[in-house]
Order: sequence, then structure tokens, then C-alpha cells
Amino acid sequence: MPLLEFTDKGIYCPVGDFYIDAWRPVPRVVITHAHSDHARPGSGQYLSHKLTVPLLELRLGPGSYQAVEWGEATFINGVRVSLHPAGHIIGSSQVRVEHQGEVWVVSGDYKTEDDGLSGVFEPLKCHVFITESTFGLPIYNWRPQQEIFTDIQDWVGGNRAEGKASVLIAYSLGKAQRLLSCLAPETDRIFVHGAVWNVHQALLNAGVVLPVVERVMPDMPKDLFKGKVVIAPSSAEGSPWIRRFNPFEVGVCSGWMQVRGNVRRRNADAGFALSDHADWKGLQEAIKATGAEKVFVTHGFQATLARYLNELGIEAAEVKTEYGEDEEGATTDTAGDLGEDKAGEGPTV
Amino acid sequence: MSTSGNMANGMRLFADLVVKLGTSTKTNDKLEALTFYFAEAEDADKVWVIALFSGRRPKRTVNATQLSEWCLEMTGWPGWLFGECYHTVGDLAETIALLLPEPARVEIVGGEGLSFYLQRLIELGKEEESARKTFILQCWEKMNKEERFVFNKLITGGFRIGVSQKMIVNALAKTAGVSASVIAHRISGDWNPATTSFSGLLNEESADLSRPYPFYLAYALEGELSSLGEPGEWQAEWKWDGIRGEIIKREGEFFVWSRGEELMTERLPEYQIFKDKLEDGTVLDGEIIGMKDEVSVMPFAALQTRIGRKNVTKKHLSEAPVGFIAYDLLEYRGEDWRERPLEERRKQLESIVSAVGHPLMRLSPVVGFESWEELGAARSMAREKGSEGIMLKKRSSTYQVGRKRGDWWKWKIDPLVIDAVLVYAQKGHGRRSNLYTDYTFAVRSGEQLVTFTKAYSGLTDKELGEVDAFVKRNSLEKFGPVRTVKPELVFEIAFEGIAASARHKSGVALRFPRINRWRKDKRMEEIDTIEDLKRLLEMYGK
Repeated sequence: MPLLEFTDKGIYCPVGDFYIDAWRPVPRVVITHAHSDHARPGSGQYLSHKLTVPLLELRLGPGSYQAVEWGEATFINGVRVSLHPAGHIIGSSQVRVEHQGEVWVVSGDYKTEDDGLSGVFEPLKCHVFITESTFGLPIYNWRPQQEIFTDIQDWVGGNRAEGKASVLIAYSLGKAQRLLSCLAPETDRIFVHGAVWNVHQALLNAGVVLPVVERVMPDMPKDLFKGKVVIAPSSAEGSPWIRRFNPFEVGVCSGWMQVRGNVRRRNADAGFALSDHADWKGLQEAIKATGAEKVFVTHGFQATLARYLNELGIEAAEVKTEYGEDEEGATTDTAGDLGEDKAGEGPTV
Repeated sequence: MSTSGNMANGMRLFADLVVKLGTSTKTNDKLEALTFYFAEAEDADKVWVIALFSGRRPKRTVNATQLSEWCLEMTGWPGWLFGECYHTVGDLAETIALLLPEPARVEIVGGEGLSFYLQRLIELGKEEESARKTFILQCWEKMNKEERFVFNKLITGGFRIGVSQKMIVNALAKTAGVSASVIAHRISGDWNPATTSFSGLLNEESADLSRPYPFYLAYALEGELSSLGEPGEWQAEWKWDGIRGEIIKREGEFFVWSRGEELMTERLPEYQIFKDKLEDGTVLDGEIIGMKDEVSVMPFAALQTRIGRKNVTKKHLSEAPVGFIAYDLLEYRGEDWRERPLEERRKQLESIVSAVGHPLMRLSPVVGFESWEELGAARSMAREKGSEGIMLKKRSSTYQVGRKRGDWWKWKIDPLVIDAVLVYAQKGHGRRSNLYTDYTFAVRSGEQLVTFTKAYSGLTDKELGEVDAFVKRNSLEKFGPVRTVKPELVFEIAFEGIAASARHKSGVALRFPRINRWRKDKRMEEIDTIEDLKRLLEMYGK
């Protein structure tokens, strides 16, 4: 019996009788991170990193949430489970599962570049590695964060010179916080959409140190935003909500902005290829560092990455999961933008 | 993001322009970017930009396969992986720009200009393949990602960046201080960017006899007919579904231009008769269209097969003779008549057409009407006449440049529609790359489904997203970039015409098919059948 199985409810450990990032309600689940395609409501007991817990409370409501530190071992029915930094967003973790000397690691979503906020991705030796593949094509090569930040700062400065607000479209959990250290030196006031505000408060309450932001309120005068910066989720794009910032420019922060067509399709004034996922090189390095004998490739360009790994002599197979799906129509203030940084391939049939 | 610096690197300046045009969503920003470019760039480069953005690109000297192979050589990726990347990006030039390794050295200043690269690319046509390869690899090595992209685009051709000719004209008019219509006239026609100087193009009165006038185009009628005022102020004509064209006779020379600014003189040997019958200094605007008999015209499909041929045989000439329906007179006895009122132009046009006295040149018939109601009744007869609706022109109107509101309107008949189910989906290109947006539709034929058309436009971005998600979850098979989709989503397909086609499985070819709306209220069992299509063919396609 393999240590982990792929079932129609999620990744399952039969020996320990628990799931990882289940997409249907299950009695016991380990959560890699709080994005909605990985952390879903309705399960019994949740186990996650201590900084993920307040986010689960925010997004899934009250429940039974067990918090652990990175590297701390928990035994579930004799199976050793520990969480390790994945570098994706605050609290994001890889799940290391060990039983009778056999080690499997579930990556969840990860990036290999240190963003100064989410913890540094930790390469883990394992027998089997289950990796994401959101940006699993060699066209995705990220520039260093600092270079992209400089571009964003230049853009914000240019807009300010023209008396325009800079509206940055970013996922409310993850990208929005990551942008703060880029923006804080560039502007005296950062305004945020309610969805971003809620996450921000939950993180502040959990003790995370973040720059000061202000929630956009209906009664704020229009010229308050002149030359200022606003962070909003993608649900705000093209909505009546965004019109109050007029005149403004929209900049979308997402790995998908690497391709020109996506910038144009979004009708954005600017696209910044800033991603919380590993690029092609990052995926290769992370996979090789595990020394895994077998690699399962999930959500993203799984067929492509699996084939390429096999050609390199690393045994790999693609797996169909329900991660990486956009949550369409979710546009309300707090529920909006739970969809993750995904706009590309769904699962291959 | 225009970084200033007067050590302008021509290629960098051009790459900046393309980036700006590609991302800006507002016409004004684009205009500003173009004006900035025309103010900053070298004259030789400007000529090329005008040429490229108005569809004049040099002959390809390096093909897509060679470019792909050299890119693979530089990167070491397997060919299949390159293919996956290409399908995702949807553009070869960009795919290569994204895949090439970081340049070892990027020349920030003193680089060569756009015209240098274009001239070199043209010269490469006469050189060995190894020389072409050496040049292209050298270029790649010293360029950054944006420069590589535009450089590759110069090779593969086709800058689709949402810049209309009108915008180029306006930007040039602003920089050169000449009126837009004069600029539009000067940059149209047959000129070679490799041998034309910027000042020659814009400032000197050129002696190019073939130069056409820009077409005056109409918007679709908005609102009620009655809002146009007195019926008596308007002239109504049928709207014909051929190729808009201009016939030019100057100093004994004869030219036929299509609206796509393509010189069609050689493709239309029938028109040589007009050459002898027209006076020098005459320019006519009209419709190039297949003539069935004395009064009726052929569907567009017949014209299309005929126009596509490089060699026209006698048989083609007798089976599908192409005629000209004259709409307007733009130049008479060498004088520009565009500022004169339509009434006056029309009167002179009538005498010119009757002087030609040939069945292949007809005057566009005027549709008589006393009231708007009467015109509405006439319009309902359009399809039977092989016309796609009514053109309304103010009798006092001048002949303007480009698409303008106010004096000319087109009032098309409602399209034909059919309900069909989505069966294949393919990723789009450009703006729609990475989304399944190109669809093939089928109707029922007994228990089977028969595909009959592709259709692209017509859905909102939100609907596209929904269909894309459906395609990804409901793919049955994959054939390269194409996915077979569970037949479930029903759409109303609208089209302007229908013709018999031996090339299509369904036996019909549609004119301007597009998605009219998503019939979420209909189930797959309720779609139309092949018999319904055949009935439409019987009624309108003969």
C-alpha cells in the first residue's frame, strides 16, 4: 500500500487515515496553505501551520484547527507528519509524511525565491515528491523580486506625477502582503480593498508585522486617492468599486503577466510578472533537491512537466486534482478573490 | 514606461513603442506613444514603422521552422516542449523571446536602428542560410527580451497591436503638422519603405500615379431612423457584399485597389475594358463583386474563390465574371472631388458610368423612398436581392476619411441564425492565448452531429472564462491543440450569408459567422438540424 493515495476527495494517507488539502469534507485534514483551492470548508479536524490557522478561521469560519510550528512532528495513527516552509504565502507549508522509513512530501504551492515574508522554501529529501506545476513551462522565468519591485515603484511614481492613482491587482492573501514592502517606501498612504483589509487584520492579530494600510471606505473623498496606491483583488477589475479612483491606472501582479496576450486580455495598463509560484527553473531545482525516486505532478502543466522529468530520467506521473481552479463569480468583499494565482491550465483529462 | 535618454537606441525605442501600444487600453495613450515615437526616432526608422503598421512588411527571408530550430539549438529544449510553449503563448516571436537565455551583453547605447535590421533582413534573402543564421543568433545575443520580441516580429511579420491606420495617420499629422486626410492619402498606395525617405513620403508632392484615396466607411446605424431627420435629405443605396474597391485611371495608367490596400489590377482582367473607357484623372469608389446576370450578383463565396486565384482562366471569366458597382466619384479630370457634396458627385458619376457603357460596370442603384417606413419595407427585400442591407448617405455629405459617424450609415438586415452545440475548442492567439476561445459548432443530422462552422467573437470575457472552464473540465479527447468537448453548451450562431461548399462536411459555408448569444436556456437536444441549414441555403444561398 503506498503511503499516500490520490482519491476523489484529495490526497489520502491510508495508514494514518488523514487527508492533505482535501477538496471534499473529510474527518481529518492537513492543510498546506489557506488559499481556497487547498483549504476547503466542512472537514472535521484541520492541522496547519500556526499562521495558517487565523486565515482558516477568517475564511472557513470557526472549526477545529490544530496549529503547529515548522519542523514540529505530529503523529497521526503512527504516521509522522511535519510541516516545512514552502515560501508561497504566509503560513504556506510543504507536508512531510513519514512511516517506517518511507518519506513522501506534498509541496502544496511553493516558490523557491525568498520573498522576505513567507519563509524560505526548504528542500526536503524524500522518496516520493508531489509537486505543483502551475508555471511548468520554460517560458516562465521570473526576474528577481527586487527588479520587479523597482518596475512597480517606477510605475507608481509615473502615475503619481500624472496625478493618477495606481491600482494594483493582487490576490488578497499572499500577493497583497508581499507588495507592501515594495510600496511602503514609495507612497505615504496605501489603500486596500475590503478583502485585502480582512486578511491584513487577521495577520496583524496573529502577530505578523506589516506596514500600515487603510481600508477604502465609501465616504472617502475622491481626491484622497490622487497619486496614491490602492491594492485590490481581481474581482475589483472593471467593477463600479474601482471607478472612484478615477483617474487611475491598473497594474496586474501575476505570473501570467509574463505573456503579453494575458496582459492585453486583462485590459491592464501594466502587467508585472510577480508570482508566488516557482518558475520553471525553480521547479527543476526543487524537484532535483528532493532526490525523489518518483515524482507526482499536480495542478498546472502537469503533463508537460511529467514528460520532461521522465526524459531527464526522473520517474514522474501526472495526477488529476482539483487544485488550481478559479473560483468564478466570487466577487463579494470577503469571499472575492479566494481563487488563487491561477488562470492557466485546468486538470488534463 | 518610456525611459528617457537621448542616446536613443533605435531598436529599444521601437520595442518601447510596441510595449506601450500593446498594453495601453486607451486610444489617447496609444496616440501619445506614437507621437512620442515620431518625434524621437530617426527618419529612416519612422518610414519603416509607418510601413509595418500599415501592413507593408518585407518578404520573409527566414522561415518559422528555421527560427524555431535555432532557438532550440540555443536553449537545448526538446522540440515537443517548444511546441507546448508555443501553444500557450500563441505567438512564435514571443515564444522565442521568452525562451532564449538571458543575453550575455545587452548593448544599451549606440545600437543599430530599426531600418538597419530591416535592410539586413532583406539582404539576407540573397545570402546563404549560414549567413542568415549567424546574423540572427548575433542579434539575439545582444538584445533584451523586448527587443528580441520585436526583432522576431520583424522576421515573422504581422504586428497585431491594436493600432489602426487612422491612429498612425493622426499621430503623423500631429508631428508633421499636415492635415490627416493629406497624410492618409500620402501613405496609402504602392511605396517601398526600403527606398522611400521620410521627407519624400510626407513632404514632397509625390508623383505616384497609383495612390488611392482612403475610403470613407460607415458605422452601423444607431437608434431610430427618424432620428436622422427628413427622409428627403438622404440617399439610400443597397449595401453589397463584395470587396470595396477603388478604380484609378491616371496618365494612361490603370489601377484597382481593395480596401485592404491591396493592388488587385492583375487579378481582375475584366476591368481592363474600363481602362480604355475611363478618362485620365478619374477615381471611382465602388464594390468589386461577382455578376450573375444583368441584374443580380453572386454570393461573396463565388468572388472569394475567384479572387484567391493567381491565374484566371477563360472559364473563370465566363463562370464568375467580376464587375464593379460604382458608388462614388473621388477624382475627376485630375481634381480631388471629395469636398463636393454627394449630389454633385453622384450626378457626374452617373454620366461617367453611362459613358463606360459596359454591363460589368453598374451604377449603384438608388433605393427610392418617401418615408422611413417605406425604406424599412425596402430593406426587408435586401436579402432576396443578394444585398446585406441599406446604405444611407446624406445628399450634402462630403467624402470623408475612414470610419466616421453622422453623414453615412449602414443599416444591415438582421443576420440569419441557427442554434448549434459546441464540439471542438482550441486556444486563441494573442490577447486570447491560453484560453480556449476558438470554437467549432455542430448541428444535428439524425442521431449524429455534423460540424458546420467555426466562430470566434461574440462572447464577453466573463462568458469566455466560463466556456474555457467548461472545456477544461469536459474534454473528451486531445488532438494537438484541439480538444473535443462534451456536446452540451448551446449557442446561437449568427451569419450574414450562406453558400454551398464542397470543402465542408456539412455542405455549406457561412459568411461572417459569430456567436450571437449563449443559449443557456436550451439543451443539446433542442439544437437545429442539417435540414434547417439546407433550407436556408435553398432560400438565400443560390
